Amino acid sequence: MTEALLNPMDPADDPLPDTIPGQDLFSKFDALIAEREALLDSGVRDPFGLVMEKVLSPTLAIVKGKETILLGTYNYMGMTFDPDVIDAGKRALDEFGSGTTGSRVLNGTYQGHRECEDALKDFYGTEHAMVFSTGYQANLGLMSTIAGKEDYIILDADSHASIYDGCALGNAQIVRFRHNSVEDLDRRLGRLPAEGGRLVVLEGVYSMLGDIAPLAEMVKVAKKHKAMVVVDEAHGMGFFGANGRGVFEEAGVEDQVDFVVGTFSKSVGTVGGFIVSNHPKFEVLRLVCRPYVFTASLPPSVVATAATSIRKLKYAGNKRAHLWENSKRLHLGLRELGFELATPTAQSAIIAVLLPDQDTTVRMWQALLELGVYVNMARPPATPAGMYLLRCSLCADHSSEQVGEIIAKFEAAGRAMGVIS
Amino acid sequence: MTDREETFAKVAQLIAPFNKKGIALTDATSFAGDLEWDSLIVMDFVASVEDEFDILITMNMQAEIETLGQLVDAVEDLRNEG
Repeated sequence: MTEALLNPMDPADDPLPDTIPGQDLFSKFDALIAEREALLDSGVRDPFGLVMEKVLSPTLAIVKGKETILLGTYNYMGMTFDPDVIDAGKRALDEFGSGTTGSRVLNGTYQGHRECEDALKDFYGTEHAMVFSTGYQANLGLMSTIAGKEDYIILDADSHASIYDGCALGNAQIVRFRHNSVEDLDRRLGRLPAEGGRLVVLEGVYSMLGDIAPLAEMVKVAKKHKAMVVVDEAHGMGFFGANGRGVFEEAGVEDQVDFVVGTFSKSVGTVGGFIVSNHPKFEVLRLVCRPYVFTASLPPSVVATAATSIRKLKYAGNKRAHLWENSKRLHLGLRELGFELATPTAQSAIIAVLLPDQDTTVRMWQALLELGVYVNMARPPATPAGMYLLRCSLCADHSSEQVGEIIAKFEAAGRAMGVIS
Repeated sequence: MTDREETFAKVAQLIAPFNKKGIALTDATSFAGDLEWDSLIVMDFVASVEDEFDILITMNMQAEIETLGQLVDAVEDLRNEG
């Protein structure tokens, strides 16, 4: 049962055969290499090897010389080309140089890192904010540091790879509950021994299917069992709640969530990760959290663009409204065409189209690309329950015309591939 | 039937829906090797064992369990603790 510790959400975690002494260490990947070669030999383009030759805007790029609508970038709020954001980055490059060449706890904290943390504290209304070099590292840091050998981390089975990897890096006892099941969470918390601390790990939006967590009920159950709660809002920030804080804001549980983890690589439009909290001892994490201490800090231009973007996101109510409109319209359009979707209605800015098998999924992906629409392909074991998916993530900068064009191209590709009749 | 035999029988019942090839079950039956389960099946199955016996099998413990016999022993230990 050793593969149970492996992460079902991560394709790299397929169980691999043991290597015999003297054998090439790469031989364990032979099956994967063969599968990939067979796929590419069938004449399709590599869904995991796409190159964008030029990026024209948050929603348009040139791929193989062709103008392509971007529908798989997680660039929800379209901040990557915001003039204020770009200016801030250029200024920081001029004034502070290209990189810090240091850890946050040594020479890697500049005025810009402080300002970025201030922007986060203001955005989330919290006492503390800690900026990491990526969102992955923020989760790695929190999970591996906060819970010790005698403590329990209780996580959703569909948790992101960074959460699983953070658990694997630490020593805590790990318990999984069935995806989004309040009852299953309650039962498992009820079975924990009286000793040991408890951390319940939830995500606002689950990125594979674009479904959201019933956070009001889940946080209530976690608190009933005296657990601390962390919510990962990687795919919820910028979009949910009156202030764009995330699903936990919309669910009205802000005062009961102990930590919020997030990323700058989605709505914020650059790269980096963070944790915000009101815990009075939170700042000690800067000294004990290895993925924070033992890596270089973000370049000055990156934290400057992040801070500027976060300040603007707070007041981006109109963009939020348009993004919702886009998501609902695409969901309805695809549903009416007869596509099978992962959620009954649009729950987030991710719309996942279910397809029967790998061959159909790759062919459909390629047909859309040839028509000028880029979406993400996802396959088992990265997906839950062995699903083959084409995932669309919408942007507040997609125009109504572009959404119409996307729906028309899905119709053309779907008919050509025999996915819809 | 001893307690252990009873536990074995119950676990075997829970394996049945996932035992597509009808592999004969003994203490030595391995989940990955004999039953050829992937991580998704393991997760579903572990959850059903936990619910049947009202116990928690942490992922840390699961990493040590490779055969049906080891699982039955672990379930016995957990029930006696509780």
